[in-house]
Amino acid sequence: MSQPAGALPGWANKALLPALNIISAFLVTGIVFLMIGESPIEAAKIMLYGAFGYQEGFGYTLYYTTNFIFTGLAVAVAFHAGLFNIGGEGQAYIGGLGAGLACLALDAYLPAWILIPLAVVASALFGAAWAFLPGYLQARRGSHVVITTIMFNFLASSLMVYLLSHVLKDPGQMSSSSREFAEVAWLPFIHNMLAGMGISFDESPLNVSFFLALVCCVLVWLLIWRTRWGYELRTVGSNSTAAVYAGIKPAKVIIWVMCLSGALAGLVGVNEILGVQHRLLLDFSAGYGFVGIAVALMGRNHPVGIVLASLLFGALYQGGAELAFDMPNITRDMVVMIQGLIILFCGALEFMYRPLLVRLLSSKAA
Amino acid sequence: MKRTLMAAAVAMTVSLGAQAADVSPAVVYDMGGKFDKSFNEAVSKGVKRYADETGAEVKEFEPANDSQIEQGLRRMAKRGSNPVIAVGFNQAHALEKVATEFPDTHFAIIDMVVDKPNVESIVFKEHEGSFLVGALAAMASKTGKVGFVGGMDIGLIRKFECGYEQGAKFVNPGIEVFQNMTGSTPAAWNNPGKGGELAKSQFDRGADVVFAAAGGTGIGVYQAAKDEGKYAIGVDSNQNYLHPGTMLTSMVKSVDVAAYNTIKEVADGSWKPGVKVLGLAENGVSWAYDEYNKDLVTADMKAKMDSIQQDIISGKIKVHDYMSNNACE
Repeated sequence: MSQPAGALPGWANKALLPALNIISAFLVTGIVFLMIGESPIEAAKIMLYGAFGYQEGFGYTLYYTTNFIFTGLAVAVAFHAGLFNIGGEGQAYIGGLGAGLACLALDAYLPAWILIPLAVVASALFGAAWAFLPGYLQARRGSHVVITTIMFNFLASSLMVYLLSHVLKDPGQMSSSSREFAEVAWLPFIHNMLAGMGISFDESPLNVSFFLALVCCVLVWLLIWRTRWGYELRTVGSNSTAAVYAGIKPAKVIIWVMCLSGALAGLVGVNEILGVQHRLLLDFSAGYGFVGIAVALMGRNHPVGIVLASLLFGALYQGGAELAFDMPNITRDMVVMIQGLIILFCGALEFMYRPLLVRLLSSKAA
Repeated sequence: MKRTLMAAAVAMTVSLGAQAADVSPAVVYDMGGKFDKSFNEAVSKGVKRYADETGAEVKEFEPANDSQIEQGLRRMAKRGSNPVIAVGFNQAHALEKVATEFPDTHFAIIDMVVDKPNVESIVFKEHEGSFLVGALAAMASKTGKVGFVGGMDIGLIRKFECGYEQGAKFVNPGIEVFQNMTGSTPAAWNNPGKGGELAKSQFDRGADVVFAAAGGTGIGVYQAAKDEGKYAIGVDSNQNYLHPGTMLTSMVKSVDVAAYNTIKEVADGSWKPGVKVLGLAENGVSWAYDEYNKDLVTADMKAKMDSIQQDIISGKIKVHDYMSNNACE
């Protein structure tokens, strides 16, 4: 990564800069709200309350957060190895297929404690397999991973359409989705678990895969910064020629990193298919794979940053739905615009304030 | 004892009356969105008419992903909206769950049956309306070949096709009916380019009337018909005005009236759960005859259409429903 000249203290780079970017995005959003005649303050209140203010809303926020953590980690892992994996969307989609197939085939025979781990592994494996091919093509044939992963998103989408409208479709209904899994294949919802402990929590799609996502964060941190493989991965990412000199085989690293990245994205299937929908359906990946790119960028490709950025986007998704409920003038497209502005300021204009900050901070020091 | 019963009866009437007073309708649209120029928009027109007439405030929500459908329905019910209208067959799964959680809320679903004690399922006899426009297509066709372009390949659209084919064959037993489906996913509802291509291929094979039951895809079908100087038949809303001279008629499905009536029934206390089937007799489906197509329909054709319509209503003509046995015998 090339950075403009002038050094910033770590806290300014990691906290102040992203905060300024987000504030700018919200300011511009506020102006748009004023233009269509709605109060931005009122809208902000509704969004905050909707995302964090009551149990059901908070549950939805964390449920979206779970998806973004998985896809954000997937992008970050690949990014550390210098690979730009745009295929999180397709890998998540196919990961869900893996989980779904395992449940459809085995939910009549296996108890939950075997079936669920099996389905989780299946979703990671399917996601990994979907990323293996672009990884292989990049490593051995030099086909750029950005292009191939984008193309694999379309392939995933076509494959799922075919399977769900011809092979797996439940004949008793009109929508393109499979039958519902038997209840053994359902991941426990948080509100049910808390109820078991005597705590009442309103119903929401939040389920145990949230904890799986947090565990993945820790594992990814350990892998990248505390293992030999992580060292190889980062070396290939910063200079693959030097990596060869150090005795590392970049081609091998590229392939396993892509598989790992795909596996992480594939785990979205655990949250969506095993956790919430309990059946296979079209388009459950709903753009989470693409948002994962923004999440990783904002989170500076670090697990802690990714959790925070995922929470922000989760809150935007849920708070945005809340806005659409409460303000008739705000359609779902406005919500997309807010997300777009945040991505614009935090991604494309990431370093806009940097020269200014460098000047301010250095003059203060002097 | 008698007195207690009386008191109970009075209490019930009072509570019903109170319920009738605070109707606050809510609509959760299909993923296609409120302004799709077709199915969803028809519902929004129906509820808007109710809002304009009574001043009631209508809550509306367009889900952006699948989990928001359930969230939207639950949200509306929780906020005390009554009735809550779910638009489209895609919401059946979510509605089943939410209707169980809120047994005191009145729900309605359009185009699908959900079997719950507090859900009214509104379905239409599309085969009857399609039979009529099929008959008109056969009367207008000079080549003895007519076409059908469907949207997503589902039972519901096959039901349109099957009725259309029966109607055409009723008028002209030797007629040839071509049919194509645009696709097998929801994207097929909004692909005017492919719709136009399918229509053109049917024209090339000799068809001179084409019926599109394909949502937004139909726009492409009508344009193709206009470009080639053939006839087209609209669907769901009255689309005759789109291309006067090209649009032979439209198979109108009164989704707006159904939505309007549902709210009205809840308001005056006559609402009943269960399946409500709207056909020709109930004015749920019809063929559009207005200023835009009256030059295309001769007095003779009009008379024939009226008599066929009467025969279907009286039961003299039986129209087979594809979805009764998943086949168009």
